[in-house]
Amino acid sequence: MKVAIFITCLVDQFFPNVGISMVRLLHRQGIHVDFPTNQTCCGQPAFNSGYTEEARRVARTLLDAFEDADYVVSPSGSCVGMIHQYYPYLFQDDPENLKRVENLIDKTYEFSQFLVNVLKVSDLDATFPHRVTYHPSCHGSRLLGIKQEPLQLLKQIKGIHLIPLPGQEDCCGFGGTFSVKMSGLSSAMVKSKCDHILETHAEVLVGTDMGCLMNIEGNLRQRETSIRVLHLAELLFEGVNAHVT
Amino acid sequence: MHMLLNTDQSLTQRSEHALKDSFLRQAVQFTTERLREKKEESTNALGDWELWRERGRQIRAHTIQYLDYYLDQFATNVEQAGGQVYFAKDGVEAAKIALEIAKEKRAKKVVKSKSMVTEEVEINTVFEKEGIACVETDLGEYIVQLAKQTPSHIIIPAIHQTREQIAQLFSAEQGKAVSTDTKALTAFARQKLREAFAQAEIGMTGCNFAIAESGSVVLFSNEGNIRMVTTLPKTQIVMMGMERMVPTWEDLEVMANLLPRSATGQKLTAYMSILTGPKRSDEKDGPEELHIIIVDNGRSKQLGDPKFQAILHCIRCGACLNVCPVYRQIGGHAYGSVYPGPIGAVLSPLLNPEDEQVQELADASSLCGACYDACPVQIPLHDMLVYLRERRVKTQGGIEKVAFRGYSAIFRHQATFQWMMKTLRHVQKWSVKDGSRWSSFLSRLPIVQGWVRSRRLPYSTQRSFREQWKMLQKELEEGVDNQ
Repeated sequence: MKVAIFITCLVDQFFPNVGISMVRLLHRQGIHVDFPTNQTCCGQPAFNSGYTEEARRVARTLLDAFEDADYVVSPSGSCVGMIHQYYPYLFQDDPENLKRVENLIDKTYEFSQFLVNVLKVSDLDATFPHRVTYHPSCHGSRLLGIKQEPLQLLKQIKGIHLIPLPGQEDCCGFGGTFSVKMSGLSSAMVKSKCDHILETHAEVLVGTDMGCLMNIEGNLRQRETSIRVLHLAELLFEGVNAHVT
Repeated sequence: MHMLLNTDQSLTQRSEHALKDSFLRQAVQFTTERLREKKEESTNALGDWELWRERGRQIRAHTIQYLDYYLDQFATNVEQAGGQVYFAKDGVEAAKIALEIAKEKRAKKVVKSKSMVTEEVEINTVFEKEGIACVETDLGEYIVQLAKQTPSHIIIPAIHQTREQIAQLFSAEQGKAVSTDTKALTAFARQKLREAFAQAEIGMTGCNFAIAESGSVVLFSNEGNIRMVTTLPKTQIVMMGMERMVPTWEDLEVMANLLPRSATGQKLTAYMSILTGPKRSDEKDGPEELHIIIVDNGRSKQLGDPKFQAILHCIRCGACLNVCPVYRQIGGHAYGSVYPGPIGAVLSPLLNPEDEQVQELADASSLCGACYDACPVQIPLHDMLVYLRERRVKTQGGIEKVAFRGYSAIFRHQATFQWMMKTLRHVQKWSVKDGSRWSSFLSRLPIVQGWVRSRRLPYSTQRSFREQWKMLQKELEEGVDNQ
């Protein structure tokens, strides 16, 4: 099976380890991984702020980059959600590209979705003996309906102690440009989120979207707490390696 | 009609102000949390909630699609039952019609039940200018009226008030201390309101649902005040938004399940009053005259608009407020409009398209989509917020537009994107050796200031993924899996 990865601009530039962990995990599943280098961003920052034309221009890079891919897998529910929910709107008046959009939607999956629903992975043989709490990202869970997949992957890890996060469905306050445009509101939201995280006394916070995790980690670091913040792919990869060594 | 309150302040200023009010935030968070839990319990108890939501959406979509037909059917049936129907194109006209009725009856006092559309047309202000007293008889509305405020939640008007604040208000009204005990507080309101019920010449209500097939007005309440408002005064005025219609009694059954469960987590509303025409000759109570004012006030402009027509599906349950992380932080007044929360952030800009300031309400959201999830008739509020932003930036310039043009120019080609990112990395390397100094350098940039209010900046000493890809690929192909 051949998979092209959509790395997302954030992971590419700031969190390359997330991408590397994801690639290695996919490789272990016997998958041939490719990275089309002409990809940039899904266009969501512009789209969410109302700049549709600007978003459309950037979105075309993904249509080009993944034209020939069998599957596209990405470590972000938010960016995949953008493709699934809003690309048809972006290209509604452009029948030719709309066809390419439909094709892209059919083959594009968020990482945990792909592992669970396509590869039917039930046990990665991972060990992670730590107290972990999980933050479901809004776009992943609401736009894409990824609710059980990350938990299914976490639950099969040996030694893991999963602690439910109070108010888990509440937004962390990131919201892209919202975080700087409405910074007071966003700050209040991220503080509530982190209060809840600290309440759990977890050692690790895990999530599936680096937008949320960057926001949450930013606040946790400002509070000088030692809780680790990991993307699901990083946690799983660490767990797989712990078992081997 | 102008709906925006506190126009001297921007949305940001109003929300910053609310964020400093810890009483308000505690009160709002406490109550919204309770409502959210109760909603969850009651929808689970019903079962198949998603099917109910879908049925609700279908009924609302159908009704709004054929709204002209159902309004006509409703008006005909009201008139047949002996009531009078008026169509008001805007708030000014609606208030004028109501005022004329009140003047004709030489009314001095009007008792009102909770109604958002009367807030929208500012009926209390209009009546009071003419020397007619309006008494709000819903407990929350009564509290808000005594405090000379406006409702901060469409279902729980005084959600922002603590029990202690309410006791203070009542004590001031009574001229002696009223205790913070719930019984004492409600007993006080009850006694005051009973006097008003007995005196009022006119009862004024809103309308939860209007049933086209019989010309009936359906009102939900928990306090019994609507029974009093609709039976004691001789004249009754119903004011309703033109979208309150449902075709049949069967449709009402679905709504009677969706609304109370979504609003307060109740299986059924405590009282459901159904009015079909005024008092008949063989009836002992009820008003002698029934006047129904159907208000447009910007609503019909949404009809036929594929992006926004569904806003008229709203059944005003307030569930979107209770789950909204923005509303939960700042409460309703910071929105500066009659309708707060996600529904207000969409509805207020739509009803007031000429008011530029109110358009900024579309920014009061992180687009998390909790509102859509909570909505009993599946209104895609999170999408509408984006469409409103889209509409707004078309006519606006400014630094943000320049920034997104720049983003688009750079991100549309892999080469310029990579060049830009490399340049930024050099800046990062050049400016600092560790994360905190990087922060202090960047903190001077205005766009970063918002971020560092509550967060450290992300900092990476690594090369980007794309710079590491070749090596990673080679390593995988050679079968050396890095442990």
